[in-house]
Amino acid sequence: MKILVCIKRVVDYNVRIRVKPDGGGVVTDGVKMSMNPFDEIAVEEALRIKEAGNADEIIVVSIGAKQVQEQLRTALAMGADRGIHVETTENIQPLTASRMLLNIAQSEGVDLVLLGKQAIDDDNNQTGQMLAALWDRPQATFASGLSFDGGKATTIREVDAGLEVLEVDLPAVVTVDLRLNEPRYVKLPDMMKAKKKTIDVKTLADLGVEAAPGVSSLGVRPPEGRQAGKKVETVEELVKELQARGLVND
Amino acid sequence: MALDADVLEQFIDQVKRLVTEKLVPNEERLVEDDDIPDEIVDDLKDLGFFGLSIPEEYGGLGLCLTDEAKIMMEFCQSSVAYRSRIGTNNGIGSQGLVIDGNEQQKQRYLPGLASGEMIASFALTEPGAGSDAASLTTSAVRDGDHYLLNGTKRFITNAPQADLFTVMARTDASTPGARGVSAFIVEADTPGITLGKKDKKMGQRGAHTSDVIFENCRIPATARIGDEGHGFKTAMKVLDRGRLHISAVCIGQAERLLKDSLNYAIERKQFGERIADFQLIQAMLADSRTEIYAARSMLLDATRRYDQAERVSEEASCCKMFASEMVGRIADRAVQIHGGAGYMADYAVERFYRDVRLFRIYEGTTQIQQLVIAKSMIRSAENS
Repeated sequence: MKILVCIKRVVDYNVRIRVKPDGGGVVTDGVKMSMNPFDEIAVEEALRIKEAGNADEIIVVSIGAKQVQEQLRTALAMGADRGIHVETTENIQPLTASRMLLNIAQSEGVDLVLLGKQAIDDDNNQTGQMLAALWDRPQATFASGLSFDGGKATTIREVDAGLEVLEVDLPAVVTVDLRLNEPRYVKLPDMMKAKKKTIDVKTLADLGVEAAPGVSSLGVRPPEGRQAGKKVETVEELVKELQARGLVND
Repeated sequence: MALDADVLEQFIDQVKRLVTEKLVPNEERLVEDDDIPDEIVDDLKDLGFFGLSIPEEYGGLGLCLTDEAKIMMEFCQSSVAYRSRIGTNNGIGSQGLVIDGNEQQKQRYLPGLASGEMIASFALTEPGAGSDAASLTTSAVRDGDHYLLNGTKRFITNAPQADLFTVMARTDASTPGARGVSAFIVEADTPGITLGKKDKKMGQRGAHTSDVIFENCRIPATARIGDEGHGFKTAMKVLDRGRLHISAVCIGQAERLLKDSLNYAIERKQFGERIADFQLIQAMLADSRTEIYAARSMLLDATRRYDQAERVSEEASCCKMFASEMVGRIADRAVQIHGGAGYMADYAVERFYRDVRLFRIYEGTTQIQQLVIAKSMIRSAENS
């Protein structure tokens, strides 16, 4: 089995996000960037599938400027076999990304595409689903468990009612959730070895795709600051206060 | 070997992740259990922490000292007990072997030390020989193809975990001082070795020391590192590296203390304002930041020279003295900034305040460093 894992370079989850003064997005200059944490879980899962003898090759792909190669190198150091960098400085939205991934999934002939359920920057939660639709293959989203039997994959999804088990025919798209696994620590010798692994660079034209954003962002603003609370002395006072605000019934 | 900048950065990212996700959250458990959780020891093994300074051909990472120092400055932003566990394998417990061991000894021990499967301890200090280490009285008497070891070693770090001791013992009773001393590799299960109770220390819970007692402990002559009488020469060679390593540890601890203090100062309100907005608090924060920067700059200058094979004994002592005294001052300010809370065990600064006190004592007290620095200056002046 051949696995394609899609990873995105995002602002590190530990960084306190600041909005640009002109409201045109968030500040990324001089800010620590990392692999989207859900994508890291997808890479880890691919490695575990390979280590269990269920896959022969893991390809990692990322879309963006030259710097996304840092995240590809991290995935290669974790153990992925080779990388594909789709180089562009354009604004790439989920539909465009999924068209590119479709091209790669088909030309590489992969059996499974793993993605994080969403990227923590735009929180769109669309690319995996759109890819499955364009590819006309089954999708299983928000996986917190994944196993294989013959040409099928079984996923567990955490839904409000409990755990939902889905079986999909391969090839398929699976997007992964937080509790699927805990990504490994990367060892130093593996980081050095990763420098020798190949990363193929492709352009949008190579993939026959145009950036053509379909959604335009009108503005970004930080959330309102929290207002000071009010302290009350007794339960009676609290109930009165809540009633006065219409939050509980009389 | 120096790592490529991008690889070092990537590895430091992993160390930061380990510190944030595993080491800091487990500090209270470490104190409670007086031991490091097994799964964390496994992570440390996995990441190669036991063999940072052991050459690659023996399974270590073979880092240059500058890279090792940069890694330790991140790693030590957590409880120093974690560092203590890996410290002896990277420091004098293994470096004697790396520098003066023969090929057979290296092959036999270094891979196990690098992987962390084996723990090495360095046994030099004795009840009667501390700063005056060369006055040690533990004896190693030649008996055919063997030596008989007799004597007591004190405050031996990692002794309860040790599989291996690098023991300094007097092979020539008629030669007082350093020249009568030789170094030996002694496996911990050799008959004739007993361990004292774990020492009760002021701080650094989770890191263990104890007495190690040798009574007619018979070891093969092949266990000697280098020639007879060369024990101190071997020890001296690893001293500079050890002192610079400890400087990095102090800086890591100081960074953590300052981070905790800054966060507290931003959150804590008095007189209707954040205490971080009071100038007297700001002075303490600024003084601490400046001193850490000074120590870091000194250290990286000294490690760069060390990696270029310059002689840095004087600089190593300057760094060790400054960094260990510096972290003491920063710990004191950290408690002050925390106020009453800083005196309570609920806050990490109370624990760190006790933990960092040791740095001014071990690997050569501040007073010994002062003597080394001054004597080196005087010698240079006399020779110029």
